[in-house]
Amino acid sequence: MNSLILRTAVPALAGLMLLFSIYVLLRGHNEPGGGFIGGLIGASAFAIYTIAEGLASARRALIVPPITIAGVGLFLAAISGIVSLLFGDAFLTGQWWFPAFNPDLKYFSSVVLFDIGVYLVVVGAISGIAFALEERE
Amino acid sequence: MEIVLAILVGCLFAISAYLLLSSSLIRLILGVFVLGNATHLMIFVLGRLTRENPPLIEYGLKVAEPGIANPLPQALILTAIVISFSLFAFLLVLSYRAYQSLGTINTDEMRVAEPEPTGTLLRGRDV
Amino acid sequence: MSDLTAWLVVWPVAIPLIGVALTVILWGRERAQTNIGVIAISLQLVSSIVLLQHVWENGPLAMAMGGWSAPFGIAFAADVFGAGLTVAASLVALLVLIYSLADTNADHRRAGFIPLILALMAGVAGAFLTADIFNLYVWFEVTLISSFGLMVLGGRREQLDGAVKYAFLNLLATTFLLIAIALLYGMTGTLSMADLTGKVAALPADSPIEIIALLFLLSLGMKAALFPLHFWLPAAYHTPLPAVSAIFAALLTKVGVYSLIRVFMLVFPDGADIAREAMIWVAVATMIVGALGALAESDIRRVVSFTVVSGVGVMVGGIAIGTEAALLGTTFYMIHSIIISAALFMATGMIVRAGGGTRIADLAGLYKGAPFLAVAFLLCGLSLAGVPPFAGFWPKVYLVQAGLEAGAYGIVAGILISGFLTLMLVGRIFALVFWRAAPEGAPAVASDGGAVMKGTLGALTILTFVIGVYSAPVVNASGRAAAELFAPDAYIGVVLGRSAQADAGGVEGPGARP
Repeated sequence: MNSLILRTAVPALAGLMLLFSIYVLLRGHNEPGGGFIGGLIGASAFAIYTIAEGLASARRALIVPPITIAGVGLFLAAISGIVSLLFGDAFLTGQWWFPAFNPDLKYFSSVVLFDIGVYLVVVGAISGIAFALEERE
Repeated sequence: MEIVLAILVGCLFAISAYLLLSSSLIRLILGVFVLGNATHLMIFVLGRLTRENPPLIEYGLKVAEPGIANPLPQALILTAIVISFSLFAFLLVLSYRAYQSLGTINTDEMRVAEPEPTGTLLRGRDV
Repeated sequence: MSDLTAWLVVWPVAIPLIGVALTVILWGRERAQTNIGVIAISLQLVSSIVLLQHVWENGPLAMAMGGWSAPFGIAFAADVFGAGLTVAASLVALLVLIYSLADTNADHRRAGFIPLILALMAGVAGAFLTADIFNLYVWFEVTLISSFGLMVLGGRREQLDGAVKYAFLNLLATTFLLIAIALLYGMTGTLSMADLTGKVAALPADSPIEIIALLFLLSLGMKAALFPLHFWLPAAYHTPLPAVSAIFAALLTKVGVYSLIRVFMLVFPDGADIAREAMIWVAVATMIVGALGALAESDIRRVVSFTVVSGVGVMVGGIAIGTEAALLGTTFYMIHSIIISAALFMATGMIVRAGGGTRIADLAGLYKGAPFLAVAFLLCGLSLAGVPPFAGFWPKVYLVQAGLEAGAYGIVAGILISGFLTLMLVGRIFALVFWRAAPEGAPAVASDGGAVMKGTLGALTILTFVIGVYSAPVVNASGRAAAELFAPDAYIGVVLGRSAQADAGGVEGPGARP
């Protein structure tokens, strides 16, 4: 789409959306938010970037193909379920590690790993679909 | 409140049934989408409605106070929404591709996979 | 719960899922993808055999996901029925995958054939092993989404046409399934199938159980291709690649039948009389319509699609009879049908390759160029029709016997008539496609399939013969599965009870949340 306003605003907007998506992802650990909704925001950032700058530059901005991102996410999510095997718990049981230097840090856990996996799956899959739809135009 | 939502669910089901009876792919897609939303809303209502009591455990407690909203329906609905969203995206792409390649969005005219019988079943002389 | 044996129930689902992740990361590298695919399905087969052996020796096995005990959390559980079907499914999937190596080209594999097959297998195993009815819906959708992808692989016009019908009908079916689950949840407040047994039985007499049971029959019957909702199957199954048709025909309808059995044995063990009565007539109609449709078709791949429909009727007939002996027959028939549907679609793919067309009128004299294919097709066809000494004979014997004992003469007649029609069909196809002389000047047989295709088809043919001759293990396993379905206390106990232990040991999971 060739619109000066959109093309001026989008780089800043897409960056902000990506940042916000990560904020929502991490916030989801204890408050409303999470990997899925964060991933949707991240994917919308790439979608809006595609609309403004075209498919080729969006692919460049993403560096790797979207499907690979989704694959890495799925792999992380699966691994986060199997981590509990080492501790003798059931599949997908949450495992926490509170580092000694700051026991209040709550982000070192298999639950967060799972959420990051979901985030990547959603970003990869949705931007993949968005790219595919854009390609057919 | 339940009765209002129940009527709304009924209306949505009626709309989707009407749309699904059409032979146009676009209407079918919309019908499936409305049907999915009606179902999600139905799960929400069936989980019982509770006002102003979010299903969050107060700080310091291990078990929530009684009387909180049912936290399960939103999890079920979110799952169902994710699924129906991805299927909807697939259906859109599929219908568009089908339109490009078959040249019609009328399901009655889509006879490539199931051609009209042309009377070429084997007759005696073929055997 | 430091009990690592419970992990056995997770691996048949987790291994293909990890395989999906790895193959998706390696998108475009077909060779690595193929290797991972074969390894993942082999591991799935091994893990499900280990699971079956464990379940056989120690009774049902369950695991609560994340230590969140059923009925509140999601549990996976395996009994002989679920574990046995997982073994059969992954065995056939492995053979189909090897067959597909010769059947797919680089374009198909570049478009994600292997990840989609692995996702399909994760979904099928998940459906066989979950003990939560909403989770069953989720696995249904996993199989559905991957089957959509497989359906359009290659993107020919007729594929898109078939996929449109397949996609809409199956999407409607799963939405109806969701509606039924939602209504059930609204009445009982639980989604664990083990918990539902008691909760549904304790409902007041005026609860609309009949409606919900009918909705389950409608939605699962649509998935399983029961008359009058079978029409999407012959409209779609002949369009994708032969390997894809083979795995669809082997597994997808069986998942529907499996879920019908679970729902009607575990959730509605009593009552739901209207649904059961309806099931009898629907099953008889499915058998006959499937067989007649196959006889009337002129396209060989559609002929085989219709025989799948007919087989679904036989299986659901066993559920409708509803005795333990009948369920033995149904379980046996499911295993037989998984093998034979895959074999027939694989053989049909080879016939189309050899004869260069799908219309029976155009195919002739293939025996000369492809004798192995002709013999394998004939043997598989005889097994399908239920001729001794093949595997298709025994389940029909058990079903007919059970039907006569229970007085379900309609179903007995249906099984016998559809078996007779299928035998006619097999003779007709063999005579026309293989035996009749090719017209003068017809091109020679293009290809007899090659070693890979012949090997996998031969393996399935031998399997159906061996099961027919030495049927005791499968009969015993089916009998045990049916007995467990009729006395689900062990299954229910292990889902609800073992998870109570997991709750005691796994408190730190939820409790440690700051």
